[in-house]
Amino acid sequence: MSAVSVKRSTLIGFLGPSIFALLAIGIVPLLYAVWTSLHYFNLTKLKNVEFIGIENYATVLTDSVFWQAMGRTFTLLGIALPIQIALGLGIALLLHQPGLSFLKTLTRLSLVLPMATTYAVVGLLGQVMFNIKYGVINQLLGFVGIEPVNWIGDPTNAFALIIFWDIWQWTPFVALVLLAGLTTVPAEIEEAAKLETKRWYTVLRYVQLPFLIPGLTAVLILRTADTLKLFDMVFTLTRGGPGASTELISLMIQRVGFRAFDQGLASAQAIILLIITIILSQLYIRLLYKEVG
Amino acid sequence: MKINRAMPGTHNRMGMQILLLLLIITFCVFPFYWMVTTSLKTQLLALKSPPVWLFEPTFQNYTEVLTKDGVAKTLINSLIVAVSTTMLAITLGCPAAYALARFEFRGKRDLWFWFITNRMVSPIVLALPFFLIVRKIGLLDTHLVLILIYLTFNLPIVIWICTDQFRSVPFELNEAAMLEGASPFRIFRSICLPLAMPGVAVSAIFSFIFSWNELMYALVLTRNSAKTAPAMAVSFMEGYNLPYGKIMATSTLIVIPVIIFSLIASKQLVRGLTMGAVK
Repeated sequence: MSAVSVKRSTLIGFLGPSIFALLAIGIVPLLYAVWTSLHYFNLTKLKNVEFIGIENYATVLTDSVFWQAMGRTFTLLGIALPIQIALGLGIALLLHQPGLSFLKTLTRLSLVLPMATTYAVVGLLGQVMFNIKYGVINQLLGFVGIEPVNWIGDPTNAFALIIFWDIWQWTPFVALVLLAGLTTVPAEIEEAAKLETKRWYTVLRYVQLPFLIPGLTAVLILRTADTLKLFDMVFTLTRGGPGASTELISLMIQRVGFRAFDQGLASAQAIILLIITIILSQLYIRLLYKEVG
Repeated sequence: MKINRAMPGTHNRMGMQILLLLLIITFCVFPFYWMVTTSLKTQLLALKSPPVWLFEPTFQNYTEVLTKDGVAKTLINSLIVAVSTTMLAITLGCPAAYALARFEFRGKRDLWFWFITNRMVSPIVLALPFFLIVRKIGLLDTHLVLILIYLTFNLPIVIWICTDQFRSVPFELNEAAMLEGASPFRIFRSICLPLAMPGVAVSAIFSFIFSWNELMYALVLTRNSAKTAPAMAVSFMEGYNLPYGKIMATSTLIVIPVIIFSLIASKQLVRGLTMGAVK
């Protein structure tokens, strides 16, 4: 038992301010979004705001553009995440090997760089490095005899580019999470297992994997949430284009709300996104976080 | 280990390891190298095709963006917003984290779950109504708006990391202080908070980094006077002849403080990014 019961006033004193703050900045705007979503609400025609019931929701649910954006978001997650886990696991296992400690410390520090980079800057860097004419990537590809590739202007390539930068930025995260997991394996158990078998994947599967599960679950949850939120990097790299080829869900809602000015429809889209997010995080979080108390 | 070293092929394996490690380092660091070198090129040089690797560096881009284009002001805006929201998040979040770690009350689990859900919500969901509300009450383009809305992600971070930290403070200290007749606030303020400082510091660093890096809210809620540095970097992207050197100089200025902070906190980085789910 490491918790005590306290007076109601004490409880309110400790918790009240942050609950009030999150209510005021989180819940009140949300209720306003629900109100907006039930109206025809266009920023350019504010005189014509009128109640239209669930029409915006009906539009969203049958709107192929919305579901395509959702599909692209999950396609990105479905391609990038397995690659991040595979590469991340490889890097973690490599760093977990004994020896070469200086070089490994250096590697660990450089793994911090991609994660820390401002997401918007990643997109800008992408523009500079992958420019068809001035970009260094096409120059490097030229050295091995590959013709210049139109990275940003071609729909498929642009999507591949988004995947590439997502992998660049988040593989280090997966690697460090899994490395942290590997260090929790008791050294005696690991050494005993290595005496038993020479095959590294047997050790991985039966000895190390159980210790990696919490980390892997965390990665799964956070990457899902962050992909649903992903905006900055794609906005600065492609603005969702060419066409709608890289328009992920948050870019699409931003376009409808702030570039097409249809706040009513955008709010309905946002509410549906929120519901999907809450269902997913309910599912996920219960798997992962240990309960308070 | 000694047996391993004597085995044939060990040299090859060692060489292979070194090669792989160098590859990983290059992969992580190269974009930075390219960002910094591009920021030191003149526009003429930056638009050379194929790109130039060796050249005489110039700080022209930095002096220009800082003095002429107003990047200095946006960096100050970013700093004001990030520091204020971090301080506010710590002030509000620490007592809440302490209550979650130490007090027994009904609905604790639900409250905690609600805090977690805030981490998952996409900013676009709040950006739309926040924009409309803020526009109505005339607070568009102010520091205050960003400071407040950044609490939606900073407060959960502070609460999670600090709850964990408070739980690791020995409970016997609480008991001893209670026997002495100390009030709950006194125990929190004078005994537990000082001992939880490492966690508080880590959550402050994270809160600062996330706020400093944020783009979408800044894009939607600011225009000129409260514009942050990432929003400024994006506004260079308009038009046909992109000023690559200037964009990369601004980017470098944005990224450097974050890198420094992250390297300082690199030991706790995993814990912070996973919200304490992985130690």
